Amino acid sequence: MNTKENLEETGTMRKVDVSAVLNEDSVTDDQLETCIDVSGLNLYYAKDKQALIDINLTIPRQRVTAFIGPSGCGKSSLLRCFNRMNDLVDDCVIEGNIVLDGENIYERAIDVADLRRRVGMVFQKPNPFPKSVYENVAYGLRIQGINNKRVLDEVVEESLKAAALWDEVKDRLHDSALGMSGGQQQRLVIARTIAVEPEVLLLDEPASALDPISTLKIEELINELKQTYTIIIVTHNMQQAARVSNYTAFMYMGNMVEFDTTDNIFTNPKEKQTEDYITGRYG
Amino acid sequence: MNSQAEDHGHHISQQFNSELEAVKNHMMEMGGAVEKQLSDALTSVVDADSGLGKRIMKEDDEIDAMELKIDEECSLILARRQPAASDLRLVLAIIKTVRDLERIGDESAKIARMGVKLSEEGEFPEGFVEFKHLGKNVASLVGNALDAFARYDAEAALAVAQADADVDKEYGSATRSMITYMMEDPRSISRVLNLLWALRALERIGDHAKNIAEHVIYLVKGMDVRHENLDNLADQIVDAE
Repeated sequence: MNTKENLEETGTMRKVDVSAVLNEDSVTDDQLETCIDVSGLNLYYAKDKQALIDINLTIPRQRVTAFIGPSGCGKSSLLRCFNRMNDLVDDCVIEGNIVLDGENIYERAIDVADLRRRVGMVFQKPNPFPKSVYENVAYGLRIQGINNKRVLDEVVEESLKAAALWDEVKDRLHDSALGMSGGQQQRLVIARTIAVEPEVLLLDEPASALDPISTLKIEELINELKQTYTIIIVTHNMQQAARVSNYTAFMYMGNMVEFDTTDNIFTNPKEKQTEDYITGRYG
Repeated sequence: MNSQAEDHGHHISQQFNSELEAVKNHMMEMGGAVEKQLSDALTSVVDADSGLGKRIMKEDDEIDAMELKIDEECSLILARRQPAASDLRLVLAIIKTVRDLERIGDESAKIARMGVKLSEEGEFPEGFVEFKHLGKNVASLVGNALDAFARYDAEAALAVAQADADVDKEYGSATRSMITYMMEDPRSISRVLNLLWALRALERIGDHAKNIAEHVIYLVKGMDVRHENLDNLADQIVDAE
């Protein structure tokens, strides 16, 4: 960031390692680890209503994976499988495996509350609690029984900084979160999610209710957060998927049509259905 | 591959359809104009027609204006539509092809200028056969490259790109003939030099035809084959049809 200043200070030209500048990710592509492995996943909302059909997918760690596809294609259903939000839907039946860090999250022995701490989720509409900014972020720790003020202060500050919100709210931490703008509320919700140190962040249309500037701030934040977290984002905005993600999965009518690097999907997709969707043609 | 060509007209947005269609048509029109410039330039040399040569040099401005207009249309499409996949490749291929077409226009004007000079010299220079032959081959390369673009035909484009090597070889042997003519008759040096410049322009046009063919392969296959050995890639380009 301050490379230019450094150069000016020392007054000498330094040889810049171009590959390091271009590939700013902390993990290079050949070191990619699997974070989530999905195999043979089927999901039914009713006997004759299958929402996901034999999904197989490997989601890499510390990367952004985007799910795109038309409404009703199953992308949100798939996203909700990753922290078992579909358990809350009556009559929902799930077959197949989702392995997170070598552990099948649909095993009986899994503690769902703990799973949802490890796999945090942010929704389309910002949903801060009707509490202060501070209490929103501290909420997850308080329900874990952590009430030490020094610990809470530290985590709140760290999380708000990580969510690029600290500078805007540090003077009104004890004001109601509901008085913030939509974009700030959404970043607050992200701060609340990362306060409990998850591994995976699920973002379901995180910017679709925001104005373009707030959207760019969220996208910038996603780029920062992928250094630490594995991020899965569902979006209707294809340009957004192209901008923020490393990998893109195109879904259609419950099928995973194509999964590839975002670069390939947006310049040279293999499947005609993908091509038709991202170029805005009739299916 | 025709299905892909037709597919540029199947967007949900009718306006996007017509914008892409229009810019592609304008590029093909420019291609037609450049082809005519080239064939007229060849005629002006062969027929020693200085009137035709002068007209070609004037008409080069129209080709330049077409380039500017098409570039403008492409930048508006990029700004307003954010095209992806084959649409993106089409716009990029057009931007690049238009530049090569403009250069072919420039080289044709150069040939015409040599034609004017040669006609002023009056006498029939040696090396005429070589020029005519190379000119015919290069003109057909340009035509084939544009046809391949119009038909989204990667296989035909590959043939054009590979044929450029023959043009280069022929240019080499024509150059050697010109040197021989100059050694045989030093009085012919100024004339033969003019012809040599025209041959050089033809060789450059062959390179631009090859570039256009490479843009077509990128457009159809999504493969960037510039600076690659085409013989090694031939299987991929043809097989995947």
